[in-house]
Amino acid sequence: MKRTMSLAAVFAAAVGACSAAAQTEVTVLRVQPGDQEEAFYRRVAQDYEAQNPGVKVVFEFIANEAYKSKLPTLLQSDARPDIFYSWGGETLVDQANAGFLADITEQVPAEIKATFPEAALEAYTVDGQLRGLPLYATEVVFWVNTDLTEQAGVDHTAIETWQDFLDAVTVLKEAGVTPIIAGGQDKWPLHFYWSYLALREGGPNVVTTAMSGEEGGFENEAFVEAGAEFQKLAELDPFQPGFMGTTYETASGMFADGKGAFHLMGDWDYLPMRARSTSGEGLSDEQLAIIQFPVVEGPVAEGGDKATLGGINGWAVSHSAEPEAVDFLTFLLNGEHQREIAEKGIFIPIVKGAGEALENPFFQKVAQDIAESSYHQVFLDQFLGASVGATVNDISADLAQGAITPDEAAAQVQEAWDFR
Amino acid sequence: MAASAPSQVYSAPGRRLSLTERLRLGLNNGRISATLILLPPALILFTLFVMLPLGESFYYSFFNWNGYGVPTDFVGLQNYQRIADHSVFHVAVGNTVKIVAVSLFLQMPLALLLALLIYRKTPTNAFFRLVFFLPYILAEVAAGLIWSFVFDGNYGVSASLAQSLGTEPFFILADRDWAFVAVMTVIVWKYFGFHMMIYIAALQGVPEDLVEAARIEGAKRPQIVRYVLVPQIKPAIIVSAFFAIIGALQVFDLIIPLTNGGPSNQTHTIVTYLYTFGLTRLNIGFGSAVGVILFIVAITVAVFYQRFFMKRGQS
Repeated sequence: MKRTMSLAAVFAAAVGACSAAAQTEVTVLRVQPGDQEEAFYRRVAQDYEAQNPGVKVVFEFIANEAYKSKLPTLLQSDARPDIFYSWGGETLVDQANAGFLADITEQVPAEIKATFPEAALEAYTVDGQLRGLPLYATEVVFWVNTDLTEQAGVDHTAIETWQDFLDAVTVLKEAGVTPIIAGGQDKWPLHFYWSYLALREGGPNVVTTAMSGEEGGFENEAFVEAGAEFQKLAELDPFQPGFMGTTYETASGMFADGKGAFHLMGDWDYLPMRARSTSGEGLSDEQLAIIQFPVVEGPVAEGGDKATLGGINGWAVSHSAEPEAVDFLTFLLNGEHQREIAEKGIFIPIVKGAGEALENPFFQKVAQDIAESSYHQVFLDQFLGASVGATVNDISADLAQGAITPDEAAAQVQEAWDFR
Repeated sequence: MAASAPSQVYSAPGRRLSLTERLRLGLNNGRISATLILLPPALILFTLFVMLPLGESFYYSFFNWNGYGVPTDFVGLQNYQRIADHSVFHVAVGNTVKIVAVSLFLQMPLALLLALLIYRKTPTNAFFRLVFFLPYILAEVAAGLIWSFVFDGNYGVSASLAQSLGTEPFFILADRDWAFVAVMTVIVWKYFGFHMMIYIAALQGVPEDLVEAARIEGAKRPQIVRYVLVPQIKPAIIVSAFFAIIGALQVFDLIIPLTNGGPSNQTHTIVTYLYTFGLTRLNIGFGSAVGVILFIVAITVAVFYQRFFMKRGQS
């Protein structure tokens, strides 16, 4: 009896030793961030490895567009990452329904959960199960090159309505300044216009109502009006020459090079656009300003003025992830790290209170916008899933070039939604 | 002498071989063992990587399926219906036809002209042959990226060209009407060397005495080309046209880095259409239907071409 016991003990010890010695690898896949953010992740990974011998954390970064097209295939293979970057929305729902995501409701300690705002956790919950954790909220704003607006005599602080904005574009054009820089080749930078205009026209719930099929779905007047307003802008020929051949990355570099006055893009572009500029310096804080997307006069439905468009980006955990992956994720998102992110101005952390540590004036403004927002709409190209989202991008690009009518645009989105 | 035995059996009139006899025959002359050894690898690979996926995509094409899990939402022919109604698909088919036309009527004559100029084996010709063949050696994606830089009106070659000429830069890849012209230019540039090489090889095989005989009869250079050289390399031209057509149906990796199908889906071919609307949008059922259509088109072209041109070329 004693012998069996000791044998069992030896066996248990051996197994224990084995599992301790065996390297558990946690792989994390993210869209290529800016240098500072990448350095931050690498450092956190090292810290975690130091505290948890036997666990190796591998970060992998790939370019935005490549990430989106690669992920579905990757998830179905054995090479899938344990933790991957997500924009939430319908894509996350699809992934969850297909069984690719873990249910980490139980694994995440309650005290960690308590640090996140309810809405942010909600964005990563599918059918009542937590599938990942939010990282940050972003807002799409107009970045303004104040040198150029001053030169043309445009007061960007006075722009409140869409008409004001259209007038500003006209003035800039007359002054020989390119009004707007846009990465049209990637299409999604253009879909911000249509999405924002739809929010302003149709109120905060316009998208969720359309998704439920009520009030004419995506053929609701608000979407048609949004297309019409966008067309008004497009008719002014406001973008840089050849904008349909410009990628997002090139466009953000061009804006930082001072080639245009406005740039409708998320707050996340603050550091990357400088890195992409020819000088590597870009525009200084004094040359930059941000304004919220203007409101429309006489909207189809009220209530959209305060709505924000942006992301609640975060991390999803795949179903084959080891428990260590969730442990690392909670480590990555702990209060200390979130404060560091805020202080360094890497991005705007989503946890409660961390916003107070923000020193960057632009990020402070965005954090305030989001806090005051009546509804934070996640990017439509992510929120509506891969297929419908891509259709929204398509029609936005077509509208920007005057290739389709607002009615056709709305009908195409509805058709894609019906057949998703 | 052992070899003569089977032929005797075969030639025996009015006598059908029994199965055992045929088997023994096969075993004796090694035909069966050769079949048993040589057939399985090819058959298994072909089944696994060609027939099975083909059958699968045929099956998937009847489902509305996003690629996750197993397909359950049977929609019948709805995917095909949507493809037929989709304006971008019409553009893609139109573009594919344009590529075929450009390949046949611009690229092949160009390749033939160059081949006629440099087919003789001299050091200078060898140099030109190398230069003209270089684009073909480049990887498609690399070529696409290089040309997207050449055409870029902000920072690219065309930008500095426009600057030195003092004109406004032209953004050809961003222009809905002209982008595909740019794409076709790149395609011609990329593949004319390949066709040229086929012609050169064929031209070098034309007996010199034929050319000499024609010359003695008083034929001038254009007549020699028209009545001696071109008829002699007709089989090569037919093969190269076949490659041009099948290649045009498959153009994909040049377009993705060059325009990614844009601006507003004006530069898609059937394959980039499949990739964009089937794979990246996770409409695997829809994409499968496009794949089935492409397969049917390709196989029809191949079979007809084989029947009507290749045969006549051989006889």
